[in-house]
Amino acid sequence: MYTDKVLDHFANPRNVGAIEQADGVGTVGNAKCGDIMQIYLKVENNIIQDVKFKTFGCGAAIATSSMATEMVMGKTIEEALKLTNRAVMEALDGLPPAKVHCSLLAEEAIQAAIEDYQKKHSSE
Amino acid sequence: MNRIYLDNAATTPVSQQVLDKMLPYFRQEYGNASSIYQTGREARKAVDTARRQAAAAINAKVQEVYFTAGGSESDNWAIKGAAFALASKGNHIITTSVEHHAVLHTCQWLEKQGFDVTYLPVDEYGRVTAAQVEQAINDKTILITIMAANNEIGTLMPIAEIAKVAKEHKVLFHTDAVQCMGAVPVDVTQWGVDMLSLSAHKFHGPKGVGLLYIRSGVKIDSLIHGGAQERGKRAGTENLPGIVGFGEATELASSKQQENARRLTLLRDELIEGLLRTIPHVRLNGHPTERLPGNVNVSIQYIEGEAMLLRLDMAGIAASSGSACTSGSLDPSHVLLAIGLPHEIAHGSLRFSLSDESTQQDIDEVLKTLPGIVKTLRDMSPIFPEKEV
Ligand SMILES: Cc1ncc(COP(=O)(O)O)c(C=O)c1O
Ligand code: FES
Repeated sequence: MYTDKVLDHFANPRNVGAIEQADGVGTVGNAKCGDIMQIYLKVENNIIQDVKFKTFGCGAAIATSSMATEMVMGKTIEEALKLTNRAVMEALDGLPPAKVHCSLLAEEAIQAAIEDYQKKHSSE
Repeated sequence: MNRIYLDNAATTPVSQQVLDKMLPYFRQEYGNASSIYQTGREARKAVDTARRQAAAAINAKVQEVYFTAGGSESDNWAIKGAAFALASKGNHIITTSVEHHAVLHTCQWLEKQGFDVTYLPVDEYGRVTAAQVEQAINDKTILITIMAANNEIGTLMPIAEIAKVAKEHKVLFHTDAVQCMGAVPVDVTQWGVDMLSLSAHKFHGPKGVGLLYIRSGVKIDSLIHGGAQERGKRAGTENLPGIVGFGEATELASSKQQENARRLTLLRDELIEGLLRTIPHVRLNGHPTERLPGNVNVSIQYIEGEAMLLRLDMAGIAASSGSACTSGSLDPSHVLLAIGLPHEIAHGSLRFSLSDESTQQDIDEVLKTLPGIVKTLRDMSPIFPEKEV
């Protein structure tokens, strides 16, 4: 039911972990099935220098976290904010319909991490 | 890669002996059992033989055995058939909150037709007591339907005690024994049940064939109307190869039951103990001893079931989970919630179900593979308390 890309990102997830003294941290939970996704950002000169994730959830949740981190790595904040769950799904060659909500989690987690970064940044 | 199949509660492979018995009934003796010519008579004989085998295996009379298209049909027929036949006497049905969906959804549908259903809560192990059942009986109660063994957590219900209460109050008692054949003794007389469901594919028979035992004298309405098959109670040209397979599978399962249960109980307990010993933050779901010989169900905290299943599959091991993420719905297994597990613990559930084809090596392989998978996924989990590693 999963594409080869999803299985690859699930089996060999990119950018797993946490960043000490991250510039932004976003944690979102999906009330629907109780899954949690956490994104850590390191930002310099408005560019995402490093990004890591931790995810409690299904195979699709882990794969979309992994793919989403790859897609925002090295991007500007503005570019990263434009990341949609649709784009993440397309990059993974699609997800089963029952798993679309897991990809929303990835989009929301990145946005939450950026918001956290912007909040800290603006108060500096 | 050597594939290890530990999802026998979902389905089992058809055994060679059963398959060999079935094959001639596709091309050689393919007749309609209602026809009077030679191949029709052969078909009739084969159905009769299968019915004798099945009746003997559950200690019933031959005329009390009805073949159906599976466990779901048997459950539907028993429950709807009894409800409609007895509607003039009352409209109350008693069941439990941990039944298979074939029972639960049937009861929920009957509620829409005006029936009243009591879903008894279970204890932390997934059991109800006969006393609970007795308390729920009122003068409108027409049917009690309670499973003999739970398909998810393996817990055995006190069927004989519940049957006694049902009889004292003159209420019909149906049990879904789909998980029991070949695992525990299935004896309709000793249990004292009025109706009982079985499904062939759970004990090395073919998929799509079931049985409903209906005690002589018990009258329920038909579900499938048409021809006069199954003594006029269940229409449809007999599924000849399937029924032949059912008969052979029941005979094999009941003849091997004792030896099977003894061996599987040892493997089961070894797997349970091994998992509890090698993986921190694990709990056993279901009763420690009053459980199916082949059922292991654990919750592994801080990670999610589907992710474990995928990784196990990559290692060649097939199992199942009650996680919401595998259910296609938004909630984890109703059974795990009914025994009191919070959502996030139910999320991390894994079921390994053994059959007589399972081996010591299968168990060893799980114990070798799973701890590493758990560690990898916990390292990825934002809710795992790292300091406790
Ligand atoms: C306890 C129980 N009841 C009923 C069923 C349904 O049986 P079937 O798949 O033959 O319709 C199953 C298996 O799926 C089961 O485990
Ligand atoms: S995280 Fe539950 S379905 Fe994906």
